[in-house]
Amino acid sequence: MTTASGELLPYEGASGGSTKQKQGMLKGLLRSQAFFAWMLIAPAALYLMMIVAWPLVETIRLSFTNANIGGESYIGTANYEKLLSSRKFSQTVSRTFYWMFLSVSFKIIFGLIGATLLNAAIPGRAIFRMLVMPPWIVPIAIGCFGWLWLYNGHFGIISGMLQYVGILDGPFEFLAYKNSAFYSAVITDVWVGLPMVTIFMLAAMQGVPRDLYEAAYVDGASRWYRFRRITIPQILPVIITMSILSIIWTFNSFEIIWILTEGGPRSATTTLIIDTYKMAIANFKFGQGAARAVIVVSLLSVFSLVYLFALHQIKKRFGAV
Amino acid sequence: MMDRYSLPHKVFLYICVAIFLGFILLPFFEMFMTSLRPLEHLFRSPYQFWSDDFSFRAYAQMWETVPMLPRYIANSMFISLSVTALALLFIIPAAYAYARFDFKGKSISLGIFLAVNMFSGAVLLIPLYKLLRNYGLLNTYFAMIVPGAAFLVPMGIWLLKSYLEKIPRELEEAAFMDGASRLYTLRRVVLPLAVPGLIVVGVAVFLSAYAQQFLFAITFNSVKDYMPLPAGILEFIGYQSVKWNEMMAASIVGILPVLVIFLFLQRYLVAGLTAGAIKE
Repeated sequence: MTTASGELLPYEGASGGSTKQKQGMLKGLLRSQAFFAWMLIAPAALYLMMIVAWPLVETIRLSFTNANIGGESYIGTANYEKLLSSRKFSQTVSRTFYWMFLSVSFKIIFGLIGATLLNAAIPGRAIFRMLVMPPWIVPIAIGCFGWLWLYNGHFGIISGMLQYVGILDGPFEFLAYKNSAFYSAVITDVWVGLPMVTIFMLAAMQGVPRDLYEAAYVDGASRWYRFRRITIPQILPVIITMSILSIIWTFNSFEIIWILTEGGPRSATTTLIIDTYKMAIANFKFGQGAARAVIVVSLLSVFSLVYLFALHQIKKRFGAV
Repeated sequence: MMDRYSLPHKVFLYICVAIFLGFILLPFFEMFMTSLRPLEHLFRSPYQFWSDDFSFRAYAQMWETVPMLPRYIANSMFISLSVTALALLFIIPAAYAYARFDFKGKSISLGIFLAVNMFSGAVLLIPLYKLLRNYGLLNTYFAMIVPGAAFLVPMGIWLLKSYLEKIPRELEEAAFMDGASRLYTLRRVVLPLAVPGLIVVGVAVFLSAYAQQFLFAITFNSVKDYMPLPAGILEFIGYQSVKWNEMMAASIVGILPVLVIFLFLQRYLVAGLTAGAIKE
């Protein structure tokens, strides 16, 4: 950029009288790169300030009030105290982390397996690669309507199939019981997130230099050994990146649970996001909802910091990834 | 040689691929099969894998059960297209600035933009709800378009920036030497060259907008006339019974447009999306 920027910066009127010089400086400022760059960024920045930054600040403010549909007044940290002393809330937090842990591990493990399969030199892989995508691009809500039907106890294919092979003796409503509803929601969340993780890992695998494999092959290394000692270390940055991004997305995942169970049965699938939504939008308790949202945002910020730190470490260790 | 697989190995690979894709495609397969069956056949217990009466009747009946269905589909398209247009309006200049100029605060401001990706709209719903209510925008298209676009701007900036960085700088410099202004250069030199990148970014934003309409629609809008499809489909769930076959038929119709778009552009899209994230 250095030489190019010099050429892109034709300052004019740098010489001349004092007023002229001032004009020249103004022109220079207008033409200066930084100013022009900021002018280009300003619309997007202002827009996001209005739709994201201001609401964020407002959420923090509301969390110290008892705002509801009628009005609001300042009540200090009462909302937070209530939350921290609530057993139900601590259950929600641990449930959210368990939900994240399960879903993200499955996404990463099966994403790795899927990417390896799709990377194998077998006829038809171009089509297989395409067939992985649909859950990624289809509206999440519509995919979930499909799952809602699959989980149906009397008429859904999963219950039907399990009865057919004899695992179940009768119809089983997957979304009606605490445990099964929770794990069903995890499976659907994995289904939604898996394609993207798979495709990114596949792209990373394709970027691994072939000579590494060839050298190992000549030395008699087995496939498993090559996978373990070449593929995994080479794509590690992408594995880390996808893990952290999956954590963030799974944490934020709303539609899947809302459509499948609305957080039920008996709160079995109520994650922090669902809890926040229920409190604020369904019950119009804006203040209490805001306190939950602030906790969600703080946790997200921690994840984001971990992400940035990881990126930094990756860049340091692996160079430009 | 290295890529050769023995026959049992090959069979094993294909079985694994089949299981993997089976899981991914099962919902779509079952949605399609369900849409072909008459409702009475669906409500048979125990489950029957085969029906003796497959037909496309549900695809005709669904328009009668939910008369607003065409409107919902049109709404979905309209909202996604508006979101895309609005988002691109913000994305293009900002991406250009990040791709071409060095200035103080560049990486920090880019980092802040990307941090927006960390939030889902769900945590900001309360103030957004109040904001929209204060401006009388609840229950309008704007309520779904304006917040919807905001969360896609950072992704778009990032994708387009990666693309623009690949366009050689010399052309702009030449235009500049000839006395063209910066804006003119952006409009007449850079944008035409960036068309492929703009298409990738536009399609990615469109697909995301189409995929994520549900939350803002059920929260900020209760007027049927403006409902997008994912929320409108809920109408098939009646008080007495759910018309599953028609609901699945409507779902198939709803996902068809994005699947077609994707089919045509998948190579560019995947390359564009993964390049933006994996390199740099």
